[in-house]
Amino acid sequence: MATATDATAGETHVGKEKKKKAPKRYWQDTKADGEGEPEDRNYKKVQRETKTSKNKPVRKKTRIHGTQEKKFISGKKDPFPGPAPVPEEKLRKFRRGQPFNQVSGNFFPIRNIGKQDIYSYILKHANESSTLATNRAARFDLLLPEDAGFLEADEGEDTCAIRQEDIAEAVDITSATKYFNLSLTQFGPYRLDYTRNGRHLLLGGRRGHVSCFDWHSKQLMCEINVMETVNDVKWLHSEAMFAVAQKKWLYIYDSTGIELHCIRRFNDVLRMQFLPYHFLLATASATGFLQYLDVSVGKEVATTCTKSGRLDVMAQNPYNAVIHLGHPTGTVTLWSPNQRTPLVKMLCHRGGVRSIAVDKTGTYMVTSGLDRKLKVFDIRAFQPLHSYFLPAGASCLSLSQKGLLSACTGDIVQVYKDVFNTPVKKPYMAHRVRGAVWGAQFCPFEDVLGIGHAEGFTSLIIPGAGEPNFDGLDANPYRSVKQRQEWEVKALLEKVQPELISLDPDRLCEVDRATWEQKHQERVKRLGYDPLAKEKFMPRYKAKGRSSSGNVEKRKKQVAHEDQRDLIRKSVEEKMAKEKELKEKKAEQGKTSALDRFKK
Amino acid sequence: MKVKVLCRNPDDYVRETSKDLQRVPRNYDPTLNPFEVPREYARALNATKLDRVFAKPFIAALDGHRDGVNCMAKLPTSLSTLLSGSCDGEVKVWNLPTRKCLHTVQAHEGFVRGMCVRFCGTSFFTTGDDKTIKQWKMEAPGYGEEEEPLNMILGKTVYTGIDHHWKEGTFATCGQQVDIWDEERSSPIRTFTWGVDSVSCVRFNPIEAKLLASCASDRSIVLYDMRESAPLQKVIMKLRSNALCWNPMEAYIFTCANEDYNLYTYDMRQLSSPVVVHSDHVSAVLDVDYSPTGKEFVSASFDKTIRIFPKHQTRSREVYHTKRMQHVICVKWSMDNKYVMTGSDEMNIRLWKANASEKLGLLTPREKQAQNYSQKLKDKFQHHPQIRRIARHRHLPKNIYNLRKEMHIMKEARRRKELNVRKHSKPGSVPFVPERKKHVVTVVE
Repeated sequence: MATATDATAGETHVGKEKKKKAPKRYWQDTKADGEGEPEDRNYKKVQRETKTSKNKPVRKKTRIHGTQEKKFISGKKDPFPGPAPVPEEKLRKFRRGQPFNQVSGNFFPIRNIGKQDIYSYILKHANESSTLATNRAARFDLLLPEDAGFLEADEGEDTCAIRQEDIAEAVDITSATKYFNLSLTQFGPYRLDYTRNGRHLLLGGRRGHVSCFDWHSKQLMCEINVMETVNDVKWLHSEAMFAVAQKKWLYIYDSTGIELHCIRRFNDVLRMQFLPYHFLLATASATGFLQYLDVSVGKEVATTCTKSGRLDVMAQNPYNAVIHLGHPTGTVTLWSPNQRTPLVKMLCHRGGVRSIAVDKTGTYMVTSGLDRKLKVFDIRAFQPLHSYFLPAGASCLSLSQKGLLSACTGDIVQVYKDVFNTPVKKPYMAHRVRGAVWGAQFCPFEDVLGIGHAEGFTSLIIPGAGEPNFDGLDANPYRSVKQRQEWEVKALLEKVQPELISLDPDRLCEVDRATWEQKHQERVKRLGYDPLAKEKFMPRYKAKGRSSSGNVEKRKKQVAHEDQRDLIRKSVEEKMAKEKELKEKKAEQGKTSALDRFKK
Repeated sequence: MKVKVLCRNPDDYVRETSKDLQRVPRNYDPTLNPFEVPREYARALNATKLDRVFAKPFIAALDGHRDGVNCMAKLPTSLSTLLSGSCDGEVKVWNLPTRKCLHTVQAHEGFVRGMCVRFCGTSFFTTGDDKTIKQWKMEAPGYGEEEEPLNMILGKTVYTGIDHHWKEGTFATCGQQVDIWDEERSSPIRTFTWGVDSVSCVRFNPIEAKLLASCASDRSIVLYDMRESAPLQKVIMKLRSNALCWNPMEAYIFTCANEDYNLYTYDMRQLSSPVVVHSDHVSAVLDVDYSPTGKEFVSASFDKTIRIFPKHQTRSREVYHTKRMQHVICVKWSMDNKYVMTGSDEMNIRLWKANASEKLGLLTPREKQAQNYSQKLKDKFQHHPQIRRIARHRHLPKNIYNLRKEMHIMKEARRRKELNVRKHSKPGSVPFVPERKKHVVTVVE
């Protein structure tokens, strides 16, 4: 070995004869190698090319910093110079708000260490660090271990024709066990609820049967009969407690089935929703009351009489914790505990509303009504997006983490894909259960849809429904007891106060301009002058007779004119930019026809 | 048919043995972590509350002096040593970690007026009411030896202050005039006078080492250059300044403690008006010292409190007081930016934390990370009314609280009067004078 290395070393030192080439790598251009040019010249050439071809459309490169290559001492070029590029759509996912781009002026000028300059300095650094954080988070996406599931049909076959048995046969044993059927014919029909980490399942039969179990391991935690009608069941913040809306009162049980509380202030509850970050249990009752219970301190936070009769359609917006209620008049109302009247009241259907579902980003709401329509709304703009007609109408809508929609008509469960963006022609999957569907919910972080019906419970495999990568600090299906306890303490410490529930949860980090202006006006009134007003220009005293009053006036005017010119220049520039935009738009639209003049 | 169903191997998510750390896979997708802002707000609120809960700034009191502590000096080379001189002429050398007096020197008859440590930290100078300047060794004398000064200079007048050059063997004293001394000589190498009044404080600039500033009882602050024969500039204020301190990071900034309850931060190049007026004390401010980072300074006042001001803010961020602490005469900020030392009338030296709720001692990386995170959150939400109210709340002794209220009423009355005068005079005849410009009388070149 030693001799061989010596020989090669000698060759490189002499370097006159034929050079031994390194094996070609996949990123090296074949042509450039063939010419055998020194790399330095090659580098220049590339630069020149980029200079000359400024106007021409440059071929898109995967690397932005392609031309500025760093060189090593050995003469080799770094094939991937600069920071790794991050695709724009990924960056957009992690971006929060717009960067602040009004940072101007010199920081810490010589004399004035006023507040203005310090804040612009702070803002500049905040901008930089937020871009850094965005880039890091977007890059971290690469390291996520799991991929989402999918289902693709063969040619000529439809995915909705694929039966659950076929899927269970095709997938691995562990996944196959996720398709199962619990035949509970005695106490049906069943409502159900999964915990936030998707590990535990709670079933509540109409005729009083309540049971909860770890459905991964199929381990039963408790099974009781409350000997009363059960309207709805809901897990509280963890798998240790759950709430059951019974015939008259609301009850809270622990996971071993022991009754912890009977809350007599909450009567005739039909539907419940739990707001996990606020520790609030929202209930809708047959008497038309919407009530909020703070489960961390056991206090009733708000009681609202909706004055719209029996409330049996309820959903929560996971993005802003606003409660959506559906009414027999076809309206959907949005509620927060801070307001006696609905935040929003929108007419969605001709007949009564049967079911509501809201997606996790808080952008879309799906409703179905007695008019047999299924509608998709944009609830940021409160505008309808799509409307579908289902022959039998749909009940029990549920949205999965990846945006799949399940709609149940009678005993048939249909799952739709991409309902938000494109009009859907046919379902992604379909399945018939034994009895009429009473409750449906996608299991978080799993490709599973749970169906509660008259004959028991069915767990269906819906590939591509669940979020593949969970966040261990938020909802971890594999957490240990210790981890759960720690999570519970932390979650309680950062419990969001119910006063903060509003349509826009990020409102808290925005500048309250109205209050600021009001305060400023008060201050001006108190001081007798505006402290933030621009200082009046006072010309400096100049020696040697150049401070005659005429001269001073002249200088004042000069400054005033300059300010004015700046203003004018700005407005002209804006105007030009607008015109240019208009022109481009017109050019894009193509030729104009004679009839265009009649268009508005 | 092609199908893939989510199926996780539990081994990837659960720790292998109970000795391992728990696995916490993360996904930073914003949709999986909703209510980002409200939750951060809740955390910030908790952090602010905890900050107030853990705000226990007082660490120790060093007692041993038999008269009020008149001056203190910190060592540029050692964090653990502190010198203090009292009104009975005693100088004590303290070890701060053990809180014990290392040795005591009977330096002067009458007050110890000024004290400074040589830049190398091996010896220190004291001046006293007996018109002498003495140089002492830092170490205690050996067994059986008498404590003797290394050097002694007998002057004609009382020297009221002393400061040492930061790099060379020269020092400056003040009294009826400002003298620059060479350590080797017994007569001053330079003498500055401007007016006849007594000068109370002289300070070398730590960066531009040839520059000095002094404050005199004729209400003036005078700047000197050691290389020139005459003083540079003088600014005369409405009331006299008691002490002054240069910013150790910005050569041109200094702050002076004034009799009119305020502190003024000046830019040396523009003395016509101070850059910031710091007002919160309710009595004369007696001493001021900058933190080594140059971002904050601490002031000692006759109202028995000390306050910490950020250098560019008019209001203090912190106030320290105890029932037993009397008029605070001298104050020093330690060189590690963590502690504040005060010497007061009732013969005690007190040690405080510079950051009231800081945890002392070594921190684990996780602790440090958590602290940084909560600090960032507190900064982010500091202007929210709920959080600001908690963060700003300080308990004040009743008399100070009432005095503050009274001062506020007086200020408001003056303002209202000015407003009324302006309203009933010819427009423009009563100009607006900003607060900064109200306290300077003239600048003399």
